[in-house]
Amino acid sequence: MSASLNARNAAVALVIAFLLLLPLYSHVSGNVFALTLFTRIVIFALAAVSLNLIMGYGGMMSFGHAAYLGIGGYAVGILAFEGIGSGFIQWPVALASSALFALVIGALSLRTRGVYFIMITLAFAQMAYYVASGLARYGGDDGLTIYKRSDFAGLINLSSKVQFYYLCLACLFGGIYLVWRIVNSRFGLVVQGLRSNEARMQAIGFPATRYRLVCFVIAGTICGLAGALLANNTDFVSPAVMYWTRSGDLMVMVILGGMGSLFGPVIGAIVYLVLEEFLSQLTEYWALIMGPLLLLIVLFGRGGIMGLLGRPRHG
Amino acid sequence: MADSLAEPLLRVDNLVRRFGGITATDNLSLEVAEGELHAIIGPNGAGKTTLITQLTGQLQPNSGSIHFGGRNITGLPAWRRSRLGLARSFQITSLLPDFTAADNVALAAQAHDGHSFYFWANARKEQGLRETARAALARVGLEHRADVTVSKLSHGEQRELELAVALATKPQLLLLDEPMAGLGVSESARMVELLKALRREVTIVLVEHDMEAVFALADRITVLVYGRVIASGLPADIKSNDEVKRAYLGEQHAVTRYD
Repeated sequence: MSASLNARNAAVALVIAFLLLLPLYSHVSGNVFALTLFTRIVIFALAAVSLNLIMGYGGMMSFGHAAYLGIGGYAVGILAFEGIGSGFIQWPVALASSALFALVIGALSLRTRGVYFIMITLAFAQMAYYVASGLARYGGDDGLTIYKRSDFAGLINLSSKVQFYYLCLACLFGGIYLVWRIVNSRFGLVVQGLRSNEARMQAIGFPATRYRLVCFVIAGTICGLAGALLANNTDFVSPAVMYWTRSGDLMVMVILGGMGSLFGPVIGAIVYLVLEEFLSQLTEYWALIMGPLLLLIVLFGRGGIMGLLGRPRHG
Repeated sequence: MADSLAEPLLRVDNLVRRFGGITATDNLSLEVAEGELHAIIGPNGAGKTTLITQLTGQLQPNSGSIHFGGRNITGLPAWRRSRLGLARSFQITSLLPDFTAADNVALAAQAHDGHSFYFWANARKEQGLRETARAALARVGLEHRADVTVSKLSHGEQRELELAVALATKPQLLLLDEPMAGLGVSESARMVELLKALRREVTIVLVEHDMEAVFALADRITVLVYGRVIASGLPADIKSNDEVKRAYLGEQHAVTRYD
């Protein structure tokens, strides 16, 4: 057991070291592509970490999590389009609108359970997708180009690849730290208890829905931050980031890495997006290889990749 | 309201609950006085668990009312009743299987220590909650199993943990739904001793099939058949009641023969 725990910790330490040193490697080898790819991966890892909070720890199988990527992205894009370039305005708006969206759809969807919850969160995300497609002023279906990245008054330059990468990485580590604090707090134990046995939690005196809802809003807000980063990364935002397949990608990353493990979603995002990148270079039918591969990992490692590396800690 | 001095801790009036064509609780009235251990017995399908779930609020009655401590709680959700001092154990063990025994009890204590919107401090390091948990575990003889995951506890230990969780909420009224279910002879005897000690501290409603335990523990007994109260009174009266014998005790004897 302790050996397998070490395997987990070693893998996590290795991944952290790799992510921290990547720009150095990129600089020395001149491989700019690696930095571009991993900026994207780190952003999606943050989104997956936030989804893991509700899905892995809270047992809420949200199939609409990509909606926040779009909402955070559009907040940045629309404000930039309207001439408000300051990140100090754009980003708080991105977080606040994601939180508000999560509050509204959470209040409605959390009345349902199981498959119905999956379907209703999916439906809300698709609604957001169609609303964005209808925003004619902001590019509609074609999306919205962002001509200038968020401006932080000289504090940090988002147009510098390295600085932007480290900003994304800081957001990711900050997100993980936040989730770690939350899951071990009073609030986190309640949310995990509700996943484990809702009837029992109600019987000992916990009102289930309000705790779930707050958790849902926290996760949505963190993902909204990922959305703001993503829009800056691609200098572009379109309804496609909210499409249901994107939500599916996020779910796969979480399940692949290991639901309910702190670093699982990061490893899931890396494996998924790196595989996608390289398999799609090999063949346009890359999904034919990816599909069975995911199936194998999920079948044989019920806790995803982190599960294969060893059992999770308890107590 | 003209509350008399003898207002019972729990008062159920004309409770009715139907499932399709079946009336599981049929115009049921019941009073439990503060400090007593009130046993509810009846053959399988008499509606005992249905009654308990209505008392705790997991199930709403079609009509009738439930008063607890003089307050009408009929429409209140389960969690609010728990906050008022009503605790239950489940007939089929219902714990948090992937948490430790100590976590299960500490969460029950946490539920009764204000709201839980604290996002930062490590709840497992809170001395107050852990101390309450340890005391409740010690009460049922499980302190040496505090850090064991519930799914790894034996069935008997899980039954004891059910009780510790209920106790950690510091209840005024404890609803125990077949705490002896599935226990071996020595485990049952331990549970009876435990309940004997508890009955002095807290009012208890006990649903139980084990007649020996019921007659050893109960101050009063209510007999349910088809959702209806057919008798209610002191154990001696119940034992000699002809209708009860016919409806229940006879069958129970027949059942124990095959055990």
